Amino acid sequence: MDVRLINPFISATANVLETMAFVKVQAGNPYLKKNSTALGDITGVIGLTGVANGTISVTFQSACILNIVSKMFGEKMEELNGEIVDAVGELTNMISGQARKELEEIGKVFKAAIPSVITGKNHTITHCTSGPKIAIPFFVGDGSFTIEVSFER
Amino acid sequence: MDTSIKVLIVDDFATMRRILKNILKQIGFKNILEADDGTTALEVLERQSVDLIISDWNMPKMTGLELLKSVRASDKYKKTPFLMVTAEAQKQNVIEAVQAGVSNYVVKPFTAEAISEKLTKILK
Repeated sequence: MDVRLINPFISATANVLETMAFVKVQAGNPYLKKNSTALGDITGVIGLTGVANGTISVTFQSACILNIVSKMFGEKMEELNGEIVDAVGELTNMISGQARKELEEIGKVFKAAIPSVITGKNHTITHCTSGPKIAIPFFVGDGSFTIEVSFER
Repeated sequence: MDTSIKVLIVDDFATMRRILKNILKQIGFKNILEADDGTTALEVLERQSVDLIISDWNMPKMTGLELLKSVRASDKYKKTPFLMVTAEAQKQNVIEAVQAGVSNYVVKPFTAEAISEKLTKILK
């Protein structure tokens, strides 16, 4: 996979979370993820088409997303409900949009589908390609979340 | 900026409508309507008089661009300020929106200051 396709998603994730939720995020080291089990309790997934076809996902642990959405709304969120599902969809959408803007600047144009959101312990994330899945962990205070990027080989 | 005007926020994500509504309230707007897609927005616009439209670009059923084109084709709203809030920052999209008569656009993610600045420009 072309590594130039990965970095925009890392910077977009940090930018979206810092701008919309006023939280500082720290990216960890990317690694090759071998299985399809989500590392979090709620996941936003969005398909991309263009110079390559691929999928990105953003999966949050419960406490982490409740903290993030509380900051976005300026009020305390206490359970994974429809409002949190909606927020994860919109965060995924914004990360995709911001990353695609950066990718366009290096001549790689993508279009995005409407995001979908999956919830539950140990749910499965299905990427729509057979390419490798690159996972990047992010740390926010005591919590963490992970993005996965997968493009066709 | 006249904050007594009636504003319509159009976005399929309740999260974004809520964030925008919070920002508008902070600025001083009180008369705020919401629609969750372009077709619902057109129904609201037909029933009521709206002075400012803030719309997402990427929505199912009817995109923000299609809504903008419909609005600009109507006598009632052809000059109504229309702010596009979009994650679609690709150049071609911006060109299309400008050609369709958008008043200004804000790229997501945005700050409250960015929204306030754009509104000050288009409502002066």
